[in-house]
Amino acid sequence: MTQRAFARVVDLEQASVRDLNQALHDLGSDSNATHWQVINPRGRHALAVGLDAEVTVEIDGHAGYYCAGMNKRANVIVRGNVGVGAAENMMSGFVHVHGDASQAAGATARGGMLLIDGNAAARCGISLKGGDIVVKGSVGHMSAFMAQAGTLVVLGDAGDSLGDSIYEAHLYVRGTVAGLGADCIEKPLADRHRAELHARLQQAGLAGQVDIGSFRRYGSARDLYHFHVDHADAY
Amino acid sequence: MCGIVGLFAKDAALEAELGAHLAAMLASLSDRGPDSAGFAVYTAPHADAVKLTLRGPNGYDFAALAAALRTRLAGPLSVQPRGTHALLLVPRAELPRARDAVAALAPELVVVGVGHRMQLYKEVGAPADVARQFDLAHMQGSHGIGHTRMATESAVTTDGAHPYSTGPDQCLVHNGSLSNHNALRRELRRRGYDFATDNDTEVAAVYLTAKLHDGLSLEAALQGSLNDLDGFYTFVAGTETGFAVLRDPIACKPAVMAETDRFVAFGTEYHALADLPGIEQARVWEPEPATVYQWDRRA
Repeated sequence: MTQRAFARVVDLEQASVRDLNQALHDLGSDSNATHWQVINPRGRHALAVGLDAEVTVEIDGHAGYYCAGMNKRANVIVRGNVGVGAAENMMSGFVHVHGDASQAAGATARGGMLLIDGNAAARCGISLKGGDIVVKGSVGHMSAFMAQAGTLVVLGDAGDSLGDSIYEAHLYVRGTVAGLGADCIEKPLADRHRAELHARLQQAGLAGQVDIGSFRRYGSARDLYHFHVDHADAY
Repeated sequence: MCGIVGLFAKDAALEAELGAHLAAMLASLSDRGPDSAGFAVYTAPHADAVKLTLRGPNGYDFAALAAALRTRLAGPLSVQPRGTHALLLVPRAELPRARDAVAALAPELVVVGVGHRMQLYKEVGAPADVARQFDLAHMQGSHGIGHTRMATESAVTTDGAHPYSTGPDQCLVHNGSLSNHNALRRELRRRGYDFATDNDTEVAAVYLTAKLHDGLSLEAALQGSLNDLDGFYTFVAGTETGFAVLRDPIACKPAVMAETDRFVAFGTEYHALADLPGIEQARVWEPEPATVYQWDRRA
C-alpha cells in the first residue's frame, strides 16, 4: 500500500463514505485532483459511487456492495474483491477489479468497461445495456440474463443458464459453458466478431495475450423476444 | 436480510480469542439484523459433565434451581448464569434425569442447547448488546456461529432468534426463507421429532438432526437438503467437531468466506471479516451455490 505523493489519500477509518463520495462529486471539470487513493475500505458499501469526472480512484483493499456504481468517465481501480453490484449501471469510464466480484457485477451497465481479474459470481452482466465486461476468470450462473446490448468476454468458464432470455448483447466465452439459458445459442465467430473481441481485449490490456480463435460466441436465437404469429392464440 | 457469522479455529492459539472475534463480527452485521441476535460457541469439554444451556425469564434465580437439582441428581453439578441464560453442568449419566428434573422444577425454563462442547445464547436486542449481555467477548472455543436477525415472516421473539439447536452439539443458522417447511415439519413429526416453534429454520435444523441420527455425515446431510428443502437459504451449521456452509442453488443470499492457516471464517458481508487477524493475506472468496464446504477438527 504505497501512497503516491500526487494522490489525494482518503482514509475511511477517518473519513466517512459520504465524505469520500461528496468530495468526488464536487470535483469540477478544471480540478487538478485527478488521482485519489482510498485506504482502509474494509468492505464498506457504495464506495466511489456516482462519479462524473476524469479522475482515477484507487481503492486499496476489499470493497462492499455497489462499488463504482453509476460510474461516468472515472477510472476506478479496486485492489481487492468487490461485493454485489460492482459498476452497476455504469455509463462510461473504466472499472478494474483486481480480485473477485460478487453477484450482478456490471448489472445494467450502459457504457464503459468493467475488467475483473478474478472470478465473477452469479448474474454477471445481468440486463447489460451497452457496457463491456471482461472477466479473466469464470462467471457464475445466469450471467448476461436479459442482456440487451454490449459485450461479455469470459476467459474462463460460464455457469449454468448463460444468456437466458438474451436480447442483442454479444457473449464470448473461452472455457466451458455449463448450460445455455432460454433462447441463447452458439453463433459463428465471424470476422466482425473477431474484430470486436480484439478491440475489447485490447481495451482490457490483454491484446496478444489471448488467442481470439479460442473463444466461442453466444447470442440470441431471437425466438423469444419476437412476436410470432403462430403463438397469437396464447395471448 | 439477516446476517451470519462463523469462525472455525485451525490454530489452537486462536481459541482464546474466538469469542472476541465473534462478538465483533456479530456487531458489524447489525445493519442486516437489528432485531435480535444469538450465537453458539464450542467450548472445551468436561471429562464427565454435559452442558445444558438454559434460558429463563429476566432475573431468574438459577442458583436456587441448582440447589433444588442437587437434591434430585447424583454427582457434582454447577450452574453459571449469563444474562437471561445459564450454563448447567451435570454428570453425563444424569442427563436424562436432569432434563426431566428441570422440566418438573422449572417449567418456565427452556433448554436451548445440550452438548459436550456447545453453549448457545440468543436474545432480542441489538447484536452488540446481546453479545455484551452474555459476555461473548471473553468466551473461548474451537468454533462458533452467530446470527443477527431482521424478522420478515414471524414475530421478533427470542424463540425466533437463531441459532437453532435440535440435537446434541448441533446448531444451525439460516439466512433466507423456506417454502416447504410445513410439509417437512409434518413428515418429521410423524417420525417422532418434536418442534418448539413455527419457525422455518427450526425445520431445517430438525431435518439435519434426523439425517445425522440416521448416520449421515454433516456433509451428506447438507447435501440431502439440496433435494429436500425448497426456498432460499444460506446455512452455517456446527457440530461437536464440524463447521459447514451451504448456499441454495440460486445463491439468493450473499456470502463471503475467508481462510488462512489459522482460521476459516464466514460472513454475510466482507466487512464482518475485516478485523480478523491476518485477513489481508487470507484467501477470500464467495462460496459457490449448491456446494457444501466443510471443516472438521478431527481432520
